[in-house]
Amino acid sequence: MAVLTTFLYLLVYPGILFLFAYSTFCEWFDRKAYARLQNRMGPTHTGRFGLLQPIADFFKLLAKEDVVPDAADKGFFNALPAFALAVVSTAGLLLPVWNFDLGSPGWTSFSGDIIVMLYLLSLPTLILFLAAWSSTNLFSTIGGARVLTMLFGYEVPLFLAVLSPAILAGSWRLAEIAAFYQAKPLLLLVNVLGFVVALIAVQAKLERTPFDIPDAETEIVGGTFTEYSGKKLALFRLTFDIELVVASGLLAAVFLGGFPGGVILGFVQFVVKTLFVIFLLSLLRALTGRIRVDQVVSFSWKILAPLAVVQLLATILLKGFLS
Amino acid sequence: MSFQIPIGPQHPALKEPISLRMTVEGEVITGADIRLGYNHRGIEKLAEERNWTQIIYLVERICGICSHSHATCYVQGIERLMELVPPRRGMYIRYLVAELERVHSHLLWLGVAGHEAGFDSFFMYVWRDREIVMDLLEMISGNRVHYAINTIGGVRRDLDQGQKAKILEGVATLKKRSEYYLHLGANEPSFVARIAGVGMLTKKQVIDLCAVGPTARASGWDRDVRKEDPYAVYDELDFEVATADTCDVLGRVVVRIKELLESYKMIEQMVRNLPDGDIVVKAPRKAKPGETVSRYEAPRGENIHYIKANGTDKPERLKVRAPTLGNYPATVEMLKKGFIADIPLIFAAIDPCICCAERAVTLVSARSGEESIVRMSDLRRLALARSSNAPVKGNAVWPF
Repeated sequence: MAVLTTFLYLLVYPGILFLFAYSTFCEWFDRKAYARLQNRMGPTHTGRFGLLQPIADFFKLLAKEDVVPDAADKGFFNALPAFALAVVSTAGLLLPVWNFDLGSPGWTSFSGDIIVMLYLLSLPTLILFLAAWSSTNLFSTIGGARVLTMLFGYEVPLFLAVLSPAILAGSWRLAEIAAFYQAKPLLLLVNVLGFVVALIAVQAKLERTPFDIPDAETEIVGGTFTEYSGKKLALFRLTFDIELVVASGLLAAVFLGGFPGGVILGFVQFVVKTLFVIFLLSLLRALTGRIRVDQVVSFSWKILAPLAVVQLLATILLKGFLS
Repeated sequence: MSFQIPIGPQHPALKEPISLRMTVEGEVITGADIRLGYNHRGIEKLAEERNWTQIIYLVERICGICSHSHATCYVQGIERLMELVPPRRGMYIRYLVAELERVHSHLLWLGVAGHEAGFDSFFMYVWRDREIVMDLLEMISGNRVHYAINTIGGVRRDLDQGQKAKILEGVATLKKRSEYYLHLGANEPSFVARIAGVGMLTKKQVIDLCAVGPTARASGWDRDVRKEDPYAVYDELDFEVATADTCDVLGRVVVRIKELLESYKMIEQMVRNLPDGDIVVKAPRKAKPGETVSRYEAPRGENIHYIKANGTDKPERLKVRAPTLGNYPATVEMLKKGFIADIPLIFAAIDPCICCAERAVTLVSARSGEESIVRMSDLRRLALARSSNAPVKGNAVWPF
């Protein structure tokens, strides 16, 4: 029985099936919001309001011809898309929406899961670099170098910003952090600065405008994905969709008070809060142009990192004051 | 580590085929090499086999964006050879379409610049407003792209009161929007961060390398054929030559938006002061022997057509110098010491119309890099020999 439950847990909810359905919905929401902000219609044709468009795109890509370059490192090139998908889906299991019960934590909620989650969210970036490097294309190589360069910029501010609410809550467990802020919602206001920093860093992690530098089509064609096609590209796109859900879920859990209220209400809160975060990310995407990779690094270290440190200091001082 | 990046002949940043070979060290460009000839259509040769009227519609197809520029430039020249003076109303309508075309071309460029900088919202907004001017052009001429309104001795379609009112209305809307874009283009931080200080070209370089159009004007070199050699109706219109002194892509954005505002001014004047009378005079079938050079300020800069007539109804020679060709030497200089990320922006900033500038083709051997001049018949023989020796790939069968 326990084995069956685990299988259901991994495959249906909150495993791969649910993540697939919800992340494609989020992609639809992101595309629709982005399109409406640009005075376009966005997806309209497939399904009601074009809701099924991302799923249709996914299956269309699955059916497309899959080309592996002769010069590529075939093992890496083939394995990395599946590996990236596995990593972000694992990160999805750790969200505190499916293990809200503080009294009896499941095996996906433990002290330190916030660190594990940040680690799992960093892995796709490295996987992208490896994918770009192993495909040996010139444009991919440049894209891969840009992925890593950007990583050195946004990763530190993201960690500082996400960990400072955890310090105030005095816990490294996502469910406990969320519960702390549910008890004292006013303290959420302390973390607004951190939320802004984390939003920008997540935007960079997801490689969306203004940080879509590694796959800037007008500069380096497909960037990291130049040589990827068919099934592998589909898996990478799904990876980014799920990463969008997981990252916005993480921000919602840490900065927006988590998802209290049991199975149904908690789930509703999860949907509303992640969509809110995704809307902010879409807004950022619509309002800016792409910047250069050197500008990302200087922006991260000159503006984002100091702001994150200020947030951290404020949190520590407040914690001392409260105790 | 120094390596070469091939931008083109096929690349998402390029709307037409051209080959830019960039030598880069890391992300910094150290050398650039431009190769043309991927879109050569032999227009000049074709022109020698057509009569004066047919050529209007041929040269119109040199470019899809500034089609009216080439047609007008050619028509100006041939009218001078035939000693024809078109009626004033015809002239006003011809240059009204010319200014509307400039508006559509600059709006198109502005959107493309936004897209090259990854600022897609800007692109979508500008292109939505471009539809207004496209609709006006369609209303005037019946076509959105190749207006075909020019004919030797005037224009082919007249304007009525309702159309005049619609043009004024459309231009008033566009004026408001363009002022907003000027504000946005010069103030949006992420956009300005990408274009300010990028693709520097000093005034001296502009003069040395013979840059033309908005590229030259953005470096403070205020050359504009409409002002310095006013042809047709331009000496009756009140307008200024837009310049900037920042010498970079930001300057080129600002110059183009200011030119839009000047064009709106001119369009209003032309519509308000449209004279009465005929729109066309009858043109002779043949032109006297002689030659002429016609200059025209196209949206991209100075367009030059050289026409040589030999007394028949066909030209002896028609030579087209499109403005983009004049800007290529300057582009190579602008690209040097830039970043890879700036290539599409710098290249797009000259508003390249690649097929306009394709007047020749070079044959380069892919193996040895050797350049050669080959007759068309030899090329054909080579192609046939090659295809008969080529291995049959797969056994694809036509399904129907």
